[in-house]
Amino acid sequence: MSSNLDALYRRVIMDHYKKPRNRGVLEDSSLTINMNNPTCGDRIQLTMKVDEGIVKDARYDGEGCSISMSSASMMTEAIKGKKVEDALKMATLFSDMMQGKDLDDNLDLGDIEALQGVSKFPARIKCATLAWKAMEKGLKEDGQH
Amino acid sequence: MNIQDIRSQFPILHQEVNDHPLVYLDSSATSQKPVRVIETIEKYYKEYNSNVHRGVHTLGTRATDAYEGAREKVRKFINAKSIQEVIFTRGTTTSLNWVAASYATANLKQGDEIVITYMEHHSNIIPWQQAAKRTGATLKYIPLQEDGTISLDDVRATVTANTKIVSVMQVSNVLGVINPVKEIAQIAHENGAVMVVDGAQSAPHMKIDVQDLDCDFLAFSGHKMCGPTGIGVLYGKKHLLENMEPVEFGGEMIDFVELYDSTWKELPWKFEGGTPIIAGAIGLGAAIDFLNEVGMEKIAEHDHKLAAYALERMAGIEGISIYGPLDPAKRTGMVTFNLDDVHPHDVATVLDAEGIAVRAGHHCAQPLMKWLQVSATARASFYLYNTEEDIDKLVEGLVKTKEYFSDVF
Repeated sequence: MSSNLDALYRRVIMDHYKKPRNRGVLEDSSLTINMNNPTCGDRIQLTMKVDEGIVKDARYDGEGCSISMSSASMMTEAIKGKKVEDALKMATLFSDMMQGKDLDDNLDLGDIEALQGVSKFPARIKCATLAWKAMEKGLKEDGQH
Repeated sequence: MNIQDIRSQFPILHQEVNDHPLVYLDSSATSQKPVRVIETIEKYYKEYNSNVHRGVHTLGTRATDAYEGAREKVRKFINAKSIQEVIFTRGTTTSLNWVAASYATANLKQGDEIVITYMEHHSNIIPWQQAAKRTGATLKYIPLQEDGTISLDDVRATVTANTKIVSVMQVSNVLGVINPVKEIAQIAHENGAVMVVDGAQSAPHMKIDVQDLDCDFLAFSGHKMCGPTGIGVLYGKKHLLENMEPVEFGGEMIDFVELYDSTWKELPWKFEGGTPIIAGAIGLGAAIDFLNEVGMEKIAEHDHKLAAYALERMAGIEGISIYGPLDPAKRTGMVTFNLDDVHPHDVATVLDAEGIAVRAGHHCAQPLMKWLQVSATARASFYLYNTEEDIDKLVEGLVKTKEYFSDVF
């Protein structure tokens, strides 16, 4: 199998897919966002608890491929405890990464960097960005209130 | 049927994708085009590109002759009585939408019923949902048997004296199953309803005779039968089309235009407002010539043979689920499946790395996905240029996919 495939399906991605973090629905959430990818049927429900400008907790539920579900798992891990503005910055950064833009070497995205290989598979970018788009939409709309 | 000779007429098949020879197994989404279709379109643009039905110059006459000649080819292909019954559209979706927008809107009222099935493509669901909302009619679904086939008893139980329209796909784009549309048409007519046939997946793969089926409307697309995209056909019985209002108004379709009212051209042109899809229609005509030369019976036979071979080989893969009837006689050339707990998108990505193109997703049939209790499936679909070797490569690819995912987990 090609090395491109190995770059797509990194072990850490499969680990998040098989052992999802933060899967489920937050009982005391302040934000609920439903989003789907109508071209392929992937769907996600993201619940977040935002208090005093901090994402206190986040969970996701839904169905989809290994890339969309592992990305949701990593995203919720990454934003927990972060300031809303920092979470939104990460969403922009993630979008840049998917478009194949060079990232600042000093940034540490942790597990999320494993998803960099997705940028070489244009058909799968929407899978990876689904959870991030949901997070961005929820936090932006929340900020307008 | 000499497959190597047929394959040599499809330039696109002779390339490498991701360092592997292309194995194209997505013809149900869109078929590839033989060189003669591509050259026919090129010739039109290079030699006689002109608008049709207007002007007196030579190129205009050539374009009109070619465009109307294509209509005659379509008429013969489906054995319609007259070219007045053959309307060029953008594709199956447009054709079905026009029947719903024009015929359904004018003929349905509260209490009437539209009957479709659980396996329909979105383009044979949503136009009827909208027509039902506009008119107050009720939309009803014929259920499916365990193996994804339709039983005529269920059709009889669903279609009533209140049913005004029955619309069914002749071949499912997911299950591959061939539906008994001739028998369903008979039941529709016994109840005073009109029968609409979605022929998107059948027209490319089998001989269609609208007089034998006795359907009232038939919709199909050019691009799934070796023709270009953007061209399709709406067949309708003359007495029905005559009483229908056009859906689009403008140039081309008028007889006289007064200040406050206008009259329409005769059939079929009253439905073809604006400059028509001239190159598309001429290209579809070339595709029909090609299919006729190979022979629709031979194509159907080839499809069945490939389906039987694929079903047998794929059933041997551990952990595979195959949807639809396992009896190849009930199918055309496609197999929809899932592989263990590997998501179909992941299956399609790994196969693509091997040069194998399959479809993954809900196939524009979300109600059917619900019935199958899956969110998505993978589909391999075959056409006249596919070989048993292509299926061998698919099976090898699927075994590799399984190994790959058990390895990375």
